[in-house]
Amino acid sequence: MRIYAFCVYLFLYIPIGVIALFSFNAGRHASQFQGFSTKWYGKALSNPFVMDALETSLTVALVSATFAAVFGTMAAVGLQGIRGPVRTTFDGLIYVAIMIPGIVIGIATLIALVSVFNFVNPAIAAIWPEGVKPPKLNMGIGSLIAAHTMFTMALVVIIVRARLSGMDRALTEASSDLYATPLGTFRQVTLPLIFPAILAGFLLSFTFSFDDFIIAFFVAGSETTLPIYVFSSIRRGVTPEINAIGTTVLAASLIILIMTQILLQRGEKKKK
Amino acid sequence: MVMLVLPLTVVLIFSFGERGASGGYVPAFTLEQYANLPARWTAFKNTMVLAPIGTISSLLIAYPLAYFLAVRADPKWKTVLLVLVIVPFWTSILIRSYAWIFLLGGRGVPAFIDWIGFGSVRLINTPFAVLVGIVYGYLPLMVFPIFVSLDRLDKRLLEASSDLGATPTRTFVQITLPLCVPGIATGCLLVFILLMGEFLIPALLGGGKVFFVGNALVDLFLQSRNWAFGSAVAATLVFIMLISVTIYMRLISRLGTRREDVSLM
Repeated sequence: MRIYAFCVYLFLYIPIGVIALFSFNAGRHASQFQGFSTKWYGKALSNPFVMDALETSLTVALVSATFAAVFGTMAAVGLQGIRGPVRTTFDGLIYVAIMIPGIVIGIATLIALVSVFNFVNPAIAAIWPEGVKPPKLNMGIGSLIAAHTMFTMALVVIIVRARLSGMDRALTEASSDLYATPLGTFRQVTLPLIFPAILAGFLLSFTFSFDDFIIAFFVAGSETTLPIYVFSSIRRGVTPEINAIGTTVLAASLIILIMTQILLQRGEKKKK
Repeated sequence: MVMLVLPLTVVLIFSFGERGASGGYVPAFTLEQYANLPARWTAFKNTMVLAPIGTISSLLIAYPLAYFLAVRADPKWKTVLLVLVIVPFWTSILIRSYAWIFLLGGRGVPAFIDWIGFGSVRLINTPFAVLVGIVYGYLPLMVFPIFVSLDRLDKRLLEASSDLGATPTRTFVQITLPLCVPGIATGCLLVFILLMGEFLIPALLGGGKVFFVGNALVDLFLQSRNWAFGSAVAATLVFIMLISVTIYMRLISRLGTRREDVSLM
């Protein structure tokens, strides 16, 4: 049993280890280790396409995770007070959002956005003053942010709600008995208590958005995110540069995940 | 809510339309796109064969691990070990699948097999490679729900069973396994649904030879820009998914009631 578990862990971590090892390969060939070197990291960092893609990815991840954290928390807090069929429907939909494969979300968002653009663009052009080029809504960083926010909001709702339901009701009741306004209660009692969960939701949304390929592939338009860049370079062949990018991305997500875990665990402990 | 239902409705509307002269979409009401579906039969067939096999393989590998973590592992290390299983799931599946191109490619595992003396084999771009990628990618998602259901299981039941003279195998089959059916069901459902829409793993490890409906969709939407047909394929995929999930739920709940009948006797 123990040996079996050990083997599964090996299965889970060897591929990651191999990528990390070969990212430090001095040789040009991706499949033969020829000594230690960090030159592929330098190559990746000085590649303008990589840096562009990284910037896009970071912007999208940061903005969409912020939106998701804010709106997700609002939704979770709002749902607290609601019972009955409305609540059940929302609960169902939140799980549906997580269960639907990314590819269907990608396609659906692509079609929906293009339909909206086709409708809105002529309207803007019609009301725009003569002679000035009207702005044209298009697929790009905006649509990426919108799609990621929509998808990751569900994550935030689930995490924040778990924390809210573990919260002692007496606290908010005491606060309102002591004449705090609902907003005051939220700001001074609820928010500090659920803050670790919001932050954890933010971090998870960030990693999700940063690592997402399939939704971005459909809605990015002419923008290139880091996963899209990596995907198209893999198609051209395996290089140590991709290993270096991959290792960096994995390391970054690992650090964020560990932070998230610590936040959630600390929350759990406080609760007890 | 509107944000979720609206896009799916739009897909359905588009699927009744026609392809524009320069790609894209022209509104219409025709079933022509659905009549064309057999053109993508291979993609549907691959998905319908490999998604269930992938789900079952993940289950077979995940179950003993979940059992070990929940029942046998040292409580001190339990959380750490569990986190170690889940963490890979949250890291980029793109890069994790890429790692397997590396491992299964010409100079990876096949070179090793050749070196031991089993002759040359081709692993990359085969259904086997896709299956390995699937199990690797979705194992954490399968382990977690099973772990939760096993962890909640009252260990006194197992003791009672062995006190009453049941062999370990009998205890496992009659007590442990039935009680973790919900966990197994959740795990299989999650993995199966995500596999139905999988694109990356077949794209990277199947190399254009083993492709899923997801790959057909990417091709139709982003390369040949035949949105109407693409929407019909997408709508069919969602429909098949809904049907299989419904059948699956029925089976699971029937399994549950039958178990109650047995215990009443």
